[in-house]
Formats: sequence, C-alpha cells, structure tokens
Amino acid sequence: MELADIIIKFVLVVIIFAISLLIALYSTYAERKVAAFFQDRLGPNRAGPWGILQPFADGGKMFLKEEIIPASASKFLFIAGPSLSIFTACIGSAVIPWGQQLTIGGHIIDLQVTDINVGVLYILGVVSLGVYGVMIGGWASNNKYSLLGAIRAASQNISYEISMGLAIIALLLVTGTLSLRQIAEQQHGFWAHGWFTWNFFKQPLGFLLFIVCAFAETNRTPFDLPECETELIGGYHTEYSSMKLGFYLFSEYINMFVSGAVMATLYFGGYNFPFMDLIHSPNLVAILGVVALFAKIFFFIFFFMWVRWTIPRFRYDQLMDLGWKALIPLAIANIVITGIVITFLNR
Amino acid sequence: MEALSNKRKVMEAKPLNFLERIYLPAIFQGLAITMRHFFRKPVTVQYPEQTREYSENFRGLHSLKRDENGKERCTACGLCALSCPAEAITMTAAERQKGEEHLYREEKYAAVYEINMLRCIFCGLCEEACPKEAIYLDGPHVTSDYLRKDFIYGKDKLVEAPLNQ
Repeated sequence: MELADIIIKFVLVVIIFAISLLIALYSTYAERKVAAFFQDRLGPNRAGPWGILQPFADGGKMFLKEEIIPASASKFLFIAGPSLSIFTACIGSAVIPWGQQLTIGGHIIDLQVTDINVGVLYILGVVSLGVYGVMIGGWASNNKYSLLGAIRAASQNISYEISMGLAIIALLLVTGTLSLRQIAEQQHGFWAHGWFTWNFFKQPLGFLLFIVCAFAETNRTPFDLPECETELIGGYHTEYSSMKLGFYLFSEYINMFVSGAVMATLYFGGYNFPFMDLIHSPNLVAILGVVALFAKIFFFIFFFMWVRWTIPRFRYDQLMDLGWKALIPLAIANIVITGIVITFLNR
Repeated sequence: MEALSNKRKVMEAKPLNFLERIYLPAIFQGLAITMRHFFRKPVTVQYPEQTREYSENFRGLHSLKRDENGKERCTACGLCALSCPAEAITMTAAERQKGEEHLYREEKYAAVYEINMLRCIFCGLCEEACPKEAIYLDGPHVTSDYLRKDFIYGKDKLVEAPLNQ
C-alpha cells in the first residue's frame, strides 16, 4: 500500500469518527427539539440561535460535573464499562460504505474505511459486544438497580440478536454476499428487471424484524428497559455521573447513527438513489450518493425519536414474549418463504 | 341493580384479536397522532419576553393609591390589618406636619406600611375593608427572591408612583 493510500485511509477514519461524534452530539439536541415539537412545545432555544449551542453547553456541563465512583464499586470495571460502550459504538461504522468511489487527481478513493468480505458478520459482532459495556457498568456499580438494568440489557440483547441474525440470513439468501459494499452495489438505482432494486421491497418482513431488533439493540423506547426510569431509577447507569454518564448516553446516539446507516445500507439501497444513472459525472454521483445515504440515516434517526415519543415502554414479560414467541418464529418463517421463492424464481 | 344513570358502561376484558396482538396497526395509529402534533403550533409562552395576560379579576401585588391630586389616600386606620386573615399587614401611623399637605390627604397617614408577601394569601379582604379606597390588589404577581426579609414589602414598593413624574 502506498503512503498516499495510508494517508487517505487515515483521513477517512478521522472524518468518519468526527462525523459520528458530531451527529451524536446533535442527535441529543434533535431529540430534545423533536420531543418538544411532538408535545406542542418549543424545546431548547436559549443557547445560541434556536438553541443550536445547547449540545456544547450540555457537554461542558457533563465534563464539569463531579465525578463519583461509589466506594463499594469495582473501580477498574466501573471505568471500563462506559469506555467499552463508547468504543464499540464507534468501531461499528468502519465497514459502512459511505459512497461510491471518488477520483481526485488520479487517486481512486473508496468512501469506506475497509471493505471486508464479512461486513455483515462484523456488524453483528460489534452489536453483540455493545452489551458488554452496559453489563459491566451495571454490574460494577454494586447497586441493585444497576444490576437489574444490566441483567435486563444482557437478556434483552441476547434475545433480540437471535431474530436480528435470522432476519439477516433471509437477506443474505437474496444478496448472496456478506460484503456491505457488494450489497450496496446490488441495489444500484431504484428500478431494474421489473422490480425495485432496494432490498426493502424484496424483504419487507425481514426489514420489519430488523428494525424492531435494532430498537431493542440500541436500548431505545419501547425497549429501553435497561434504563427504565420508572422502575430502576436510571437502570445500569444509576451510579454514573459526569462524563462517564455522558459516554453512556453518547454511545446510545452513536449506536442509533450506526444502526441507521446499517439499515439504510442493507435495506434501503445505501448510497444509491433513483435516477442516478442519468448523471454522467462519477464524482457527482458519489457525492450525491453520500448525501442520499445521510438523508436516509437522518430519517432513521428521526424515526427512532418519533417512535420514542409515541409508544410507551413494554413490560418485561411482554418484551420476552415478543422476542421469543413472535419475532423468532416470524424470522424463521421468513427464511423458509424466501428460500422457496428464490428456488422458484431461479428455475 | 338498577343503574342510577345511563352513563354506566360495562367493560369486558376481551382477549386481543389478531390485529391487536401484532401491535402494528395501533403503532401506526399512534405515529400518525404524534405526527399531527409535530406540525401543530407550539403553545409555549416565552416567559420573560412574553407574558400571559392576567384575567380581569386577578388579585396580585397590592398598590397604595393616591387621589387625583397625588396625595396618599391611606390614613393608617388599620382596618386592612384587622381584616387580614393571614396577619400580613403592619403599619405605624403618624401625624401630618405643616407643609406636608401636598403629600397626604388627611391629617393622619401611614409612616410605615409593610405587607409580608410570604404571609399574604391574596384574598382581597384588605381591599374590601378599606374605607378610603386606598389599597387595591391590581399589580402583577409577586416575583421570587432569595431572602425572606426581601418579601416584606414596604411603602417604597407599594405606593403608586407620584402623578407628575
């Protein structure tokens, strides 16, 4: 690999890291604004015009708050919890293809940090690592509410990972590849061979299962039982203060961003957009593709918030019922039906 | 048993049917409702810049009135303090001296007139008791403060502004 390629990759990593942090930062602001609009209020509007400096004020507050580590807590694990949480949240975006190739001065730049051929598996792996941060943090706090939140998070994530994996298996039957770049390329344009190219139109049930599981994996309402304020005070982060709490909250928003990107890539065509073949400049197509992908991601983030301010939280037994008795059988049925249809169509 | 009114509604705990059990129709209904609210005009009143209007019979901060010549109406008769159920009003009477005729309407006036706003219940009985039409609860609401002593409002805060200033 040339030096220039290494520098380009490095710059790309930094840009993606900065963008995911920036989006997470402004997701907190967007969440408050969206919540306010859904409740006929105005939301934060004092810090800067329309309150756009609010996230910086919140972040500054988080840094300046007193840092408390409970005397009976395990200090190493107590710090490891939020660190792991934010770490796993940040590495998920490494395999997302952000756009087609850009050509600048003879250099071909892949708008993707790394195109590994098991990208989907990598995402699943990172997602299942994500629960360790919550679990370790809740357990290390030595607090019954934290522990209950951690247990809930662990069992919830394990339950919903199964149906998420099964939903992806049905998708893999359609795509035949695990590489996110190839999955995105297969969904080129919008319409081809008499049917939509986007996987959502080939796997509507799979997408439904996937998005429900994505809500559960990111601990968003209606599946936010790990932090369930009404029952568990703050859940797994009851004992956390200062920026360690900030990291937990922050990783939730980064997770939302990444899962939005994954859903857009797997089911909604990634960086592809309708009528993209009518534009002849490849660089322009690539840039518009990045814009299209981010528009889809922002829609998903908005959808996450929309659902949060609409649906109340599930009861824990209902959550388990839904996960084991509804989603897993549906996912298996989806695999069987997909398999039959593909065999029938290929004949 | 005979129902007292026809308003009674018999509720049955029916098992959920299929559409209700898969939650989705209800979820989309809910999403539609919240989306309608998303585009509704916010009801927020931006307080320090905008204030809501008080209703006409709102009883707020007391003001000690002046007559048409700008003289204080209060004669320190003490009826307001007597009528006050919360015992919030205290006053000290003084005799009007020569040369003060333009300040006070009658020979006796209140040298000190204090209302403890933490005790006051804004019932308006002082207003009703006053024979001189000197006190009215026509001000805004009492604002917050840091110290208890600052809630004892003296004449500096209660008396109306002089006429020609």
